[in-house]
Formats: sequence, C-alpha cells, structure tokens
Amino acid sequence: MKFKKIIELVNVWKTYQVGAVEVNALRGINFSVKKGEFVAIQGPSGSGKSTAMHLIGCLDLPTKGKVYLEGKDISCMSESLLAQIRGKKVGFVFQQFNLIQNLTALENVALPMIFQGVNEKERIKKARNLLELVELGDRVNHYPNQLSGGEQQRVAIARALANDPDIILADEPTGNLDSKAGKEIIDILFTLHKKEKKTIVMVTHDNRLAKYAHRIVHIKDGKVIRGE
Amino acid sequence: MIKDYFKLSLKTLAHRKLRSWLTMIGIFIGIAAVVALVSLGEGLRSAINAQFGFLGTDVLAVMASGGLGIPGIGTVNPLTDNELDAIKEIPGVKGAAGRIQESVKLVFNKKATFSYAISIPDGDDRKVIEHVFNMNAQKGRLLKDGDKKVVFLGSMFFEEGNAFGKAVVPGSKVEIQGREFKVIGIMEKKGNARIDSAVFMNEDDLRNLVDRPKGEYDVIGVRFDENADVNKIKEDIEKNLRKIRDVKEGEEDFSVQTPAQILARVNDVLRGVQIFVYIIAAISILVGGIGIMNTMYTAVVERTKDVGIMKAIGAKNSSIFLLFFVESGLLGSAGGIMGSIFGFLTATGLAFVGRLALGTSMISAHITFQLIIGSILFAFIVGSFFGTLPAVRASKLNPVDAIRKIK
Ligand SMILES: Nc1ncnc2c1ncn2[C@@H]1O[C@H](COP(=O)(O)OP(=O)(O)O)[C@@H](O)[C@H]1O
Ligand SMILES: [Mg+2]
Repeated sequence: MKFKKIIELVNVWKTYQVGAVEVNALRGINFSVKKGEFVAIQGPSGSGKSTAMHLIGCLDLPTKGKVYLEGKDISCMSESLLAQIRGKKVGFVFQQFNLIQNLTALENVALPMIFQGVNEKERIKKARNLLELVELGDRVNHYPNQLSGGEQQRVAIARALANDPDIILADEPTGNLDSKAGKEIIDILFTLHKKEKKTIVMVTHDNRLAKYAHRIVHIKDGKVIRGE
Repeated sequence: MIKDYFKLSLKTLAHRKLRSWLTMIGIFIGIAAVVALVSLGEGLRSAINAQFGFLGTDVLAVMASGGLGIPGIGTVNPLTDNELDAIKEIPGVKGAAGRIQESVKLVFNKKATFSYAISIPDGDDRKVIEHVFNMNAQKGRLLKDGDKKVVFLGSMFFEEGNAFGKAVVPGSKVEIQGREFKVIGIMEKKGNARIDSAVFMNEDDLRNLVDRPKGEYDVIGVRFDENADVNKIKEDIEKNLRKIRDVKEGEEDFSVQTPAQILARVNDVLRGVQIFVYIIAAISILVGGIGIMNTMYTAVVERTKDVGIMKAIGAKNSSIFLLFFVESGLLGSAGGIMGSIFGFLTATGLAFVGRLALGTSMISAHITFQLIIGSILFAFIVGSFFGTLPAVRASKLNPVDAIRKIK
C-alpha cells in the first residue's frame, strides 16, 4: 500500500497555440508519483516542468494522453469536480508565493477552507495552528507586503496545508529566496514529508536541495530523460 | 457560505482605489434624487391629502360669502332653501344638503374648549352630508332622524390628551353652550384637524342652540354623478345662484369649491414631477450601472492573478463568479446607501428651507423605511446586474494562464 501510485501521467502532450505557432510544452511525458514519495524535478528553463506540475495538480488538462489521480482519469471530470479535488487533495506552493495581497496571513491561509465550505470558527482555528506550525504565530494579521520573502513562502506553505492535502506541489519554492530562507523552506517541506507523510513533488534548480528527495526526475524538451 | 463571500468581497472593496468608487457616482445621484424627491413629493401629497383627501371626488361645496374657506364667519347673506332647491334641480346633481356651522363652547371633565358645530339635516339630505364627509363611526353610531340632545364627535375628542385631558366616549355627557348633550358616536379619524375636532348634531338642535332661523345655510354640500362634468355643474350652479341672489358675474357673494379636484390636479402635477425624476434617476442609474460594469471589468483584469491563485487552491468557477457578482452588488449598494443618506439630508434640508420661505407647515419630507431599504436593495440589484458579465469573464479565466500573469 505504501507505494501505491497517487498520480500518473501517461504519454501526456501539452500543446499551446501561440498565434499561428504551436508550442509543445510536453511531448509524450510519462511520469508517476507514489504515495509518500518526495520527488524532485530538475531540468532547464522552458523544459516543461511547470506545465507538468499544473497537470499533476489538476489545474490543467492534457492536450493528449491521460492523467490519473488515484487511478481515476481526470480528463473526463467536470470543472467543479476538478476544483473540488484540487482544493482537497493538492496543495500548491509557487515560486512567487502568490498570496492574495488584500488578505492578511491568517485570511490567506483560511481562504482554501472557504472554498471547501468549512465554517469560520474552524477556519480561523486551523489557520492559526498552521501559521504556528511554520513559526509565524506572531504574524497572523500581517499583510503579505509586510512580510519578508521567506515569511511569505511559509504562509504559502501553511495555505497549501489548509485542507490536509495528500500531495504538495512546490514549483521552485526557493527560487526567489536567499539561501538561508530557502533552507528553512526546504526544512519545513522535509519535515512535512517525514512527520506528516505528505507526498511532495518539488521543482528545483538547486542540486543541494534536490538531494533531500528520494528520487530526482530530469526533464528536457517536454520529456523525462532520467529518473522515470 | 454566501456570508463568507460577502465578507471576502467587503475586504476587497475596502482595498479599492478611489477611482473605482467614483464610478458609482451615477448610482449615488440616481438614488439621492429618487429618495429626495419621492420623500418630498410624498410629504406634500400626504399634507394635501390630509387637508382635502377625506372628501370624495364626486362632491363640491357651495359657500355663502366670498369663499374665504372659513364658512360661517362673516356671512352677510346666507344661502337659503331657494338656492338649495335650485341646485337639486341641476342635471347631474344627485343630491344637495344645507348645513350651518357655528363656533361653540364645550365643557367636559370640568375643562372648556371651543370647536365647530356642524348641522345635519333630516331625511334624504342626511345621506348627502354623510357622503360628503364620508362619515363612519369608529365608536357608537351615526346620528339619525329624531335624535335629540345627542352629538356625534370628531375623532380628536376620543383621543387621550385632548383639550379635556380625558377621552370622550359614547355615552359621555358633554356640555355645549351651557346645555347638556349625550355623545352617541365618534367619527373615524380623517387626518384633517377641522373635521376631526368637529361636533355634529341634528339641525333642529343646533338651530335652537345658536338661534339661527330655519331655511338659511352657511354651506350647501352637493353630491353629483361621478361621470358628470364637474365644471359644467359648477357653471350651472353659479349661473342659477347669480340669478336667485341677483349678483353680477365677478361680484358673487358665494363660491363653489371643488377641493377634490384641486387635490386631483395637485396629485397630477406631483405625479408628473415624480415621473420626470424617475426618468432622470433611471438614466443616472443606468450610467452608474455601466460605470460599475467598467470598473468590474478593470477589476477582473487587475485581479486575474488572484483568480488564478484562488482556482489553484480550490475555487470553482461558480465561486469566482459569486465573488465578483457580490462585490459588484456591494459596490452598487454602497452607492445606494450614500445616495440615500444624501437624498435624506437634501429632502429634510429643502423641506426646512421651504417651511421658512413659505411660512407653511405643509412642506415636510416623508421618508419611509421602505423607501430607504427599497433604494439600497435596488442599488444592490443594479450593481450585481451590471457585474454579471464581468463576473462571468472572471469565472471563465483559465487558471494556468491567470497564474502566469506577471503583475
Ligand atoms: N500559456 C502558454 N502559452 C504559450 N506557451 C506556453 C504557455 N505556458 C508555457 N508555455 C511554453 O511551454 C514551455 C514550457 O514552459 P514551462 O512549463 O513553464 O517550463 P519550465 O517551468 O520548465 O520553465 C515553454 O516554452 C513556454 O514558453
Ligand atoms: Mg517553471
């Protein structure tokens, strides 16, 4: 049971239409993640890493090929069901933190719970706990622009954990941070993997960070070249 | 659930730039105009209605003297049975009844006050007077033929805190001009001070009491066919009375008044003004709505990235739609609330200035809770209506493209 496939991309193509030109971001990628794994994805810029992450996180659908989430084909799911799954099972962490600027740290962390219909009292309690977990218990009422980059990314991680997702997708989470703040983020993710048994997929350029992972997958030109 | 969306939208609104608030000036002006003019118009209408509104549209009054509106005072040449009979013969007239009106002194509960006594004739003419005053008893009964030493009182006497310091009820004994009368009934409230404080008694009683000879009247009340031409009837009455009283046109010592018609005309004018205001308001609200649509489209562009983020963390299309829809409605109701406040202040201010300038207490702003709530609700509906298309656009944004957007 421990190594059951939680996500699987089978011969997936993603093609973008840019004017008259077709850009193949992914060219028949095959890739899977097992439950409880910590996978690092590496590859040159423009190789399709982010595109792959979006497909893994059910944020986008493939042009060709199949994406299975816990064995179920996501391509035939309705928009609202996909959103529901995304909100419940997946937690995104982005390079640019992507917090909502108008909302405080606490409100940002509570936001995913609104979309799952969690009541306010419970939301606030949970959000507080999560902010404490990432050691920001004293920053709950700060707005994103009152927080450092490292702090913002910790808020983003707390937000990703709001609905107890099975899988956390981190797309270059340390890309905008100095090495000290970046190390803290990696430590948090690693702890989540170790203690909470979260499945983690992380895109990173940094080889020092990649070695925390069980497995490193190399992507080039929209295909996995190593580590499948 | 929806409550959370309201809260979220309110937070977003609080962070909005001044520019986006300015776009709802149309809603603001529209609602302010509606609230101010409707409440002033209603105030005026209800004041006028209180003065004349108890009268039906099928009655008119013929008064002795120059028609100063205060019958019974300074009557030089009273109306007589000749005039009464002549009026009854005029085509279109269904009935006519003469009455005298005298100021009398009333004593009750050892306190005195002065009021109007109005006589009511016997027989068929009684029906005419009852119709003219639209008389109904809220307590006790109306007067009838053969009643002696009894009175029917206006509603004011029945109220606590009247001039006697004690409510008069049917069965009470009241002293009028030194003689004792029994109260037989209380009239429904009419909202007109003169009628509500009037004392009605049978004609014989009043003539005895104030010593007025039989066959002369201060006022003749006329009821006519609803479909008849009032102006024609009025002219006929004037022509007949000039002949009987031997006066020239323009030198009449009587007047024919049709207050219900004046009222109808005032109401028509008011309605015209109100329709005009509604049109202006509708235009400015339409402009305001388009303003809201514009700022919501801008908001969708500005917050494209936020939409992408929210979708990434589990927002459905419908959630995004709701968020923008509610925000737009709230923007509208903010305009509505401010417009209502401004309209309220304008109306009260104008009414105050009007009272000072014209020296009348008739002008007042009649602002109802329903008007305010209705206006704000309407502004919310306008806001959300014009926010629908922007909200649909926001909800349809592709999350991946939205997130990639660099802000
Ligand atoms: N929405 C889009 N429209 C057009 N081209 C896109 C779009 N998204 C990504 N691409 C292209 O797809 C390729 C892969 O992009 P991406 O997955 O972001 O790469 P990485 O994350 O590895 O840098 C790039 O060539 C990029 O220009
Ligand atoms: Mg990328």
